[in-house]
Amino acid sequence: MRYLPHTEADRRAMLQAIGAASVDELYRDVPASARRKDPVDLPPHQGELAVERELMALASQNRPAGSMASFVGAGAYRHHVPASVDHLIQRGEFLTSYTPYQPEVAQGTLQMLFEFQTQVALISGMEVANASMYDGATSAAEAVLMANRVTRRKKALLSGGLHPHYRETVETYGRWGGFDIKSAAPDPAGTEDLAALIDGETSCVVVQNPSVFGQIRDLSALAAAAQKAGALLVVVVTEVVSLGLLKPPGAMGCDIFVGEGQSIGNALNFGGPYVGLFATREKYVRQMPGRLAGETVDVDGRRGWVLTLSTREQHIRREKATSNICTNAGLCALSFCIHLSLLGEDGFTQLAQLNHARAAQLAEKLGTIKGVTVLNDSFFNEFTLKLPKPAGPVVDRLVDKGVLAGVPGSRLWPDRPELADHLIVAATETNTDADMDLYARALAEVL
Amino acid sequence: MDKSQGRISRPDAGPTAEIVTASGHRGLQIEELLIFEQGVPGRSGVDLPEPPKVKDRLNGMRRQGGIGLPGLSEPQVMRHFTRLSQKNYAIDSGLYPLGSCTMKHNPRLNEKMARLPGLADIHPLQPVKTVQGALALMHQLAHWLKTLTGMPAVALTPGAGAHGEFCGMIAIRAALDARGQQARRRVLVPESAHGTNPATAASLGFEVDSIPADARGRVDVAAFKAKLGPDVAALMLTNPNTCGLFEPDIVEIAQALHDAGGYFYCDGANFNAIAGRVRPADLGIDAMHINLHKTFSTPHGGGGPGSGPVVFSEALAPYVPLPYVVHGKDGFRLVETRESGAEPFGRLKTFHGQMGMFVRALTYMLSHGSDGIRQASEDAVLNANYLLARLKDVMTPAFEGPCMHECLFDDRFLKDSGVSTLDFAKALIDEGFHPMTMYFPLVVHGALLVEPTESETKAALDEFVASLRSLAARAKAGEAAAFHAAPRLTPRRRLDETRAARQPVLRWKPSGTSRQAAE
Amino acid sequence: MAETRYSKEHEWIRLDGEVATVGISDYAQSQLGDIVFVEVPEKGRKLTKGGEAAVVESVKAASEVYAPVSGEVTEGNAALTANPALVNSAAQGDGWFFRMKVANKAELAELMDEAAYQAYIKGLG
Repeated sequence: MRYLPHTEADRRAMLQAIGAASVDELYRDVPASARRKDPVDLPPHQGELAVERELMALASQNRPAGSMASFVGAGAYRHHVPASVDHLIQRGEFLTSYTPYQPEVAQGTLQMLFEFQTQVALISGMEVANASMYDGATSAAEAVLMANRVTRRKKALLSGGLHPHYRETVETYGRWGGFDIKSAAPDPAGTEDLAALIDGETSCVVVQNPSVFGQIRDLSALAAAAQKAGALLVVVVTEVVSLGLLKPPGAMGCDIFVGEGQSIGNALNFGGPYVGLFATREKYVRQMPGRLAGETVDVDGRRGWVLTLSTREQHIRREKATSNICTNAGLCALSFCIHLSLLGEDGFTQLAQLNHARAAQLAEKLGTIKGVTVLNDSFFNEFTLKLPKPAGPVVDRLVDKGVLAGVPGSRLWPDRPELADHLIVAATETNTDADMDLYARALAEVL
Repeated sequence: MDKSQGRISRPDAGPTAEIVTASGHRGLQIEELLIFEQGVPGRSGVDLPEPPKVKDRLNGMRRQGGIGLPGLSEPQVMRHFTRLSQKNYAIDSGLYPLGSCTMKHNPRLNEKMARLPGLADIHPLQPVKTVQGALALMHQLAHWLKTLTGMPAVALTPGAGAHGEFCGMIAIRAALDARGQQARRRVLVPESAHGTNPATAASLGFEVDSIPADARGRVDVAAFKAKLGPDVAALMLTNPNTCGLFEPDIVEIAQALHDAGGYFYCDGANFNAIAGRVRPADLGIDAMHINLHKTFSTPHGGGGPGSGPVVFSEALAPYVPLPYVVHGKDGFRLVETRESGAEPFGRLKTFHGQMGMFVRALTYMLSHGSDGIRQASEDAVLNANYLLARLKDVMTPAFEGPCMHECLFDDRFLKDSGVSTLDFAKALIDEGFHPMTMYFPLVVHGALLVEPTESETKAALDEFVASLRSLAARAKAGEAAAFHAAPRLTPRRRLDETRAARQPVLRWKPSGTSRQAAE
Repeated sequence: MAETRYSKEHEWIRLDGEVATVGISDYAQSQLGDIVFVEVPEKGRKLTKGGEAAVVESVKAASEVYAPVSGEVTEGNAALTANPALVNSAAQGDGWFFRMKVANKAELAELMDEAAYQAYIKGLG
């Protein structure tokens, strides 16, 4: 076995040093009823070539987004990731190191996290960000928990523009964690009046911008209404590239920003691993979940970084911790950090413009097809179509024409037949004119 | 006051004389500024096409003013992150005996497979007919996990071990609710448990009740049984436990717990000691998370991403999170809403789980096979016991007898030396090794928890032993001052954690609260 | 000079007229090490004896501070927010945590006096 270095002679010598006749003696505490003489019923070890064949066979049964004209978004977006990103994250010093608990030998990871926190704070317009969470939906759930702690209230109000998977995740945390949730009905038009639903019990209002349907809203008034009632405004962004062009949550009175950072630096990966972003105001920093890298000096007075404010965390506070989170998304945060470093101010802004322009072109093309309506009054790189028939079968038929057309309403809201003819469509810099022409032509054909 | 334990790094040793260079660099140790201190407006590391001119659809919500991101070229970015990487210790560079964290070799075939376009470039919301291979892969991973544990069901979605605990404990609450036993709210947790266990239980409204360890470092069975009652929901137990010991009474414990109507949650962080040799199902476990980033070697990546699938017994199998994969006559399906026959308790994260980690873990499993997985467990246990045998005369083992995959020492061997566990660990850094886990588990004074993993050769272990023996002798010989000054050979020496916590600087600001390095 | 009394959880309390001042003992601060953060209760908060009243954090330990007696908070020590190190330098002086109106003065008698507390901490080794 190529990964196991011991020869039989090594094992014998080591057992002798231990004073054990066999390795079975070392397992003597295992109750007799649970000891297994033989290996479990699974195939034996294999060489690289054989394993590679097996995995490639599985991979070949999928149709990669990049092999088709792909317009699927709704929480995960296909962007181009520069080659150097993947090269750098595969450096063993990043890939095969642990959480930086020994700062003297982990300054690389710590400095990177400090840079990542700064980047997240800058693009969101917030004061302080943490070193990442599992993904966007878990970040949103943790934001609600944090708002409950800050306000000492237990009722969250969720917008109808929130991605239903985020809503469901928050509902899981609420149902089993003992807090109440009021969810507004799905709101494709972006006309809901959330402020009217805030009351004295509300700990936070969770709103996504652009919404899952793609609508862009000014949240300043909602922030003011929430804060007037003693509640916090949580702003969710599932497409962080939008922050290159849009007014950031921090400029609209947001108290807690949560985001899905996958778009920057990370592949689609069939849903994970991704990187949850989390930022807030400085005054709430001690209520924030997750790890934090902070600046300090070493014994020689040189600048360095450590994990700090760790007393909030589970390994110290145990049942009184702000969250049970332990592992975060370190390597995905590194991908994000490197990609955003490459983009820089100009690249990030231009990438956002490019995405918006592509989506605007696509909306123009698709909107002229007979029976198709673009529902949005505004959007960034994603919008919602209303089709003259259920979107699910349309999407399936378009696959055969080489188009991944988007996410049908029935996939995200199976219990809402009124949304079955809705189709959420995203465009990014990866879509060519030919992709868009193909899509428009194919859609016209199947309708 | 109720005090939790912890140790701080306190820079109380004076500066050392060192070679001064004009650049501040020292050979291969190169000082590196923050990206924000290197950037120049107008520079970028990407070339993007000019956006086509379109009518703006932004609803007047365009960003005003700049963001403040630095501009760097690709070579600058390459150099920056390469230099940062060189300040990290990693498994690829040396022995990383961090107890309970399982720093084993990360095969690069796993990385290559995770990057196949057919696995990496697929969207979670693509039509399921276009992702049959991905669903088949999840199904196959589930089969391996179920077979290795002997459990009938597995939930793949949890994003890490702690998330898996959350998943497993929700399932227990859901099962209790279904039985009409909402009054069961007490969860028994050994004092030696990972901090995530009580944190998870508390986050779900359970009351945490601590159970003591006996003098052998195991659960005190009598004390445990005395705590059982009609209000007990579950036991959360790590096995092998956090002292690196197998709980010999585990079957009896499970039986008593089940008789009292409680469920058995096992923290599977240490499954790597027994995988292929012991099936958790045979121990009476109802739910257990498996850290794919420990046992099945998906890389730790400087603190994630992890992946924490949870296996379930028959009793808990109906109470799983959404979504899950089923296999039918039309191929694989992804169940995303409640269907008859199951009582899913809800969604745990945005999509279906950490697919990239699934690919790596399955690659690892297929490479090792059932024989290799068993051998890896045995070698991990062999290596830990070898260290224990070679060190027990100069360091003080916390408990008698053989250990599992990690060996635990306390600080009695440092008594009256003026050297603390922290000092000892920091001195190990200068020897070229990553320190072991310190001050955990909490039940042992000044704990040093050493987990070598199966990846190390006997020669590497011997080298490590030689360093530890030398340090133990030096501590005894009264060289405390040298220990207090350690580490001396690292890019940074001991850092002032008090300062970091009193005046938190958590981001760079143009106003310059963050100081330039290498002044 | 009013008498200082102590709880087993290492809080001290000193009654001056109707209002008592509460903090953590010098022994407690020495055990915790460098204090980095203190969260004090807001004015008007009702406290019950033995209930959580404040939080004190050193770099790697977080501890609850309990109310040694029942009563209502009249003032939290705002100076600790900016300068938590005051708890280290003057635990039983400027590093006080909060002031409270005591509900039942008889509860004070249940606490230890200076001599009893000194003997108590000696026993903790």
